[in-house]
Amino acid sequence: MAASSDRNPPPFPAAEDPEPGLVDPADGDSDEGEDIFVSKTNPVSVSRGVSQPDRGAEDPPDLFSEEEEASSTTAKSNGVHSDDDSDLFAEAHMELNTDKPGSSAKKELSASSGPRSTSTSTQSPAAMQPTSLEQLEEEEAKDSFDVDVAITNPEKVGDGMNAYVAYKVSTRTSLTMFRSKTFSVRRRFSDFLGLYEKLSVKQSLHGCIIPLPPEKSVVGMTKVKVGMDDPSSVEFVERRRAALERYLQRVVCHPSLLQDADVREFLERDDLPRALNTQALSGAGFLKMINKASDAVNKMTIKMNESDTWFEDKFQEVEAEEQQLRKLHAVVDSLVNHRKDLCGNTAVFAKSMAMLGNSEDNTALSRALSQLAEVEDKMEQLHQEQAASDFFIFAELLSDYIRLLGAVRGCFDQRMRAWQRWQEAQSTLQKKREAEAKLLWANKPEKLQQAKEDITEWESRVTQYERDFDRIGMTVRKEVLRFEKEKAKDFKSQIMKYLEAMLQSQQRLIKFWEAFLPEAKAIA
Amino acid sequence: MTSIDESNKEKLRSVSVDLNNDASLLIDIPDALCERDKVKFTVHTKTTLSSFQKPEFSVPRQHEDFIWLHDTLVETEDYAGLIIPPAPPKPDFEGPREKMHKLGEGEATMTKEEYTKMKQELEAEYLAVFKKTVQVHEVFLQRLSSHPILSKDRNFQIFLEYDQDLSVRRKNAKEMFGGFFKNMVKSADEVLISGIKEVDDFFEQEKTFLLDYYSKIKDSTAKAEKMTRSHKNIADDYIHISATLNSLSAEDSTGNKKNLEKLSDLFEKLRKVEGRVASDQELKLTELLRYYMRDIQAAKDLLYRRARALADYENSNKALDKARLKSKDIPQAEEHQQHCLQKFDKLSESGKKELTSFKGRRVVAFRKNLIEMAELEIKHAKQDYTHNISGLFPLKPSCSFCLTIFDLLEFFFFFFLL
Repeated sequence: MAASSDRNPPPFPAAEDPEPGLVDPADGDSDEGEDIFVSKTNPVSVSRGVSQPDRGAEDPPDLFSEEEEASSTTAKSNGVHSDDDSDLFAEAHMELNTDKPGSSAKKELSASSGPRSTSTSTQSPAAMQPTSLEQLEEEEAKDSFDVDVAITNPEKVGDGMNAYVAYKVSTRTSLTMFRSKTFSVRRRFSDFLGLYEKLSVKQSLHGCIIPLPPEKSVVGMTKVKVGMDDPSSVEFVERRRAALERYLQRVVCHPSLLQDADVREFLERDDLPRALNTQALSGAGFLKMINKASDAVNKMTIKMNESDTWFEDKFQEVEAEEQQLRKLHAVVDSLVNHRKDLCGNTAVFAKSMAMLGNSEDNTALSRALSQLAEVEDKMEQLHQEQAASDFFIFAELLSDYIRLLGAVRGCFDQRMRAWQRWQEAQSTLQKKREAEAKLLWANKPEKLQQAKEDITEWESRVTQYERDFDRIGMTVRKEVLRFEKEKAKDFKSQIMKYLEAMLQSQQRLIKFWEAFLPEAKAIA
Repeated sequence: MTSIDESNKEKLRSVSVDLNNDASLLIDIPDALCERDKVKFTVHTKTTLSSFQKPEFSVPRQHEDFIWLHDTLVETEDYAGLIIPPAPPKPDFEGPREKMHKLGEGEATMTKEEYTKMKQELEAEYLAVFKKTVQVHEVFLQRLSSHPILSKDRNFQIFLEYDQDLSVRRKNAKEMFGGFFKNMVKSADEVLISGIKEVDDFFEQEKTFLLDYYSKIKDSTAKAEKMTRSHKNIADDYIHISATLNSLSAEDSTGNKKNLEKLSDLFEKLRKVEGRVASDQELKLTELLRYYMRDIQAAKDLLYRRARALADYENSNKALDKARLKSKDIPQAEEHQQHCLQKFDKLSESGKKELTSFKGRRVVAFRKNLIEMAELEIKHAKQDYTHNISGLFPLKPSCSFCLTIFDLLEFFFFFFLL
């Protein structure tokens, strides 16, 4: 997921048909692509957001037939496959074809006829098990760029220990469920945490991978509160701003979360009530800790009877990946520190070289040495930018995904809890039945009625919990696939950004040294 | 046994140019053996001079032998007016040895591949230190051989020729004390040199210049060393990053696998580049500064000796005046005064020559090294970094007419890395 603040969503022109066969980065993933092919991509992506009632009235059977066709053609382009550059244009072509029918599927989900399509898409797996996975994959490939958020202007409000930093949250959207197309509000950090808290307890979102906000930092915030303007607190605020932006971008890119009223309220409402239960030392905080502990104990005591090995395999994969990412993050951290050291050392060396140049009595050599000092100064700047790129692009990407993988594990846990509930209900039902049998044998008709009522109640509960469990299973599956897709995209775009930055800095390095070379040659 | 080929030596020898050109006496160190802390150099001489017994011969020498030779030359009165080439520093393998030790301790935390790569890197570092120490010893001898006066020194010839073990061992004890006194004398010299009244403008300028320049170049050398070390640390980090990315991609079954693999390969290539950048900087910049720091110290020593001679001369003048006053021992005093004057004059004359040629030498060496360093930086950035990264996607060309086509291609590479 390219969560960059300078990404432009497509503008809002009249609907036009895209020319077929035009090679079009239909993935819609890159800014540049959308800027250049703007007139071509627009109708495709924008029409998703517009509730065109005539298209909405299109029958679901069409949906599936289109999706079938789409899934068969895009099945190749999703997932792992051999990377052959010669296939580039073939793939580009395919994606264009599938984008059109696929977009209608996506549009169905986000338009007002939402509930109907979600129910159809959840029912369909039961009907067509083998293709459902591909279908899910295919659905996830259609991105919604209808909402774009940016977080800017961190400003300190208030003074002393009660001070906080307020951020400007700007939203640009073409969806009609919002009141206007562009709007902005001011939010503080605890508001973001509050949003997460609200989302994470919602029953309807169980099984979803809810993105995590950045962590609280007492040390960092205290420095900012106290009012120190040193580079480390500036960096802290910038780091937090970027992290909040990525968090919010992930939230709005999630199809289910975008529907949520709380999310909309967060983006739109001018005055949000303060989320007090996010404070570390509040009653809610303690409750959370206790719940977490009890959950951990539960996990250890009950081993789930897994009918579907997919979940177990995936869970292990996720755990292993999280470990490796942690390791990688540690190394990248070390890289950032070493590069910062290099910065410092280069700056110091540049000064020393300048002094040496001053003492040198041969004029040409003196000039060359001063030039060398300047080059090293410029190098220091390059190193600093590279260190920032290392950190903000690479290291933060890794730390985001380490936490997200934790959230993924959380979903699996939720599913397991649903299973537990179901099992417990079943055993309770069993007990009730035994109780009824006993009563029957003991011949107490008054209590029998009560027992029968109990049984019916628990039977319905069992069915309910079983359905919940299945539903969560489905959601988790879908979510994990969507997450993997997003992760691949995110990594790709961030890696590209990182490499581009590296490349640019190398280009500048070349220029600096090429400018120095004649000076060195001029020494006589 | 580690042998160093000619091309490498040529590259290493750039700190002091124009050496070993005189066919009448050619010296080199073709081989060196490293055992524990001791390095045994094989000093090979080819000569057409009749003062030597054979036209070509080799002898094994240790570092201490070089130090002995240097000290003997310094203590020779006749050479007081010459800049004695600085003694080569003691071979120092402490850095790589410590790192090797740490690597051994951390072996359990890394994959086998990672460990092998780190070990290779360390071995290369070790080899670099080794090569440097050989070069520095070689340059010392070559400067002696190319000096018109010093090359004829008897001790130098013994050093080159004597095929028995130079009995330097018993000098060690004497050296320790000698060294201690030497340092004390040196600090007294510094006071002397700053206090003495200089009659000659040239030497006055040189004195000011050299004192100032020495402290600055010493500072620069230390800072350059730190900078190079940071580069090496970054190269090491790249190794770890590449290895971890490799493990990640091996276990990945999603679309991310290819991305991680490519990134891992890239970092592997980049770490080699960073390593080379670091070592080139070390050789061209840090080593240059280090060498000339020592050379300037040798020039300063010349100035000290001259200052001492001047002090002696002034004292002899005072003694002569006193003798004349007392009308006693006048001829001895006169003779002594003459002797001091002669010595001082000789020192001044040869000193002037030496310092002037030293200036020229320094400028030439700096020029050569700075040019080479700039060229290497450019080469590394162009060929290695840019080439490797743009292997993942094409470079933005500077020419505008092909801009659009390349940009298009670039966009496609962006998307379809998978």
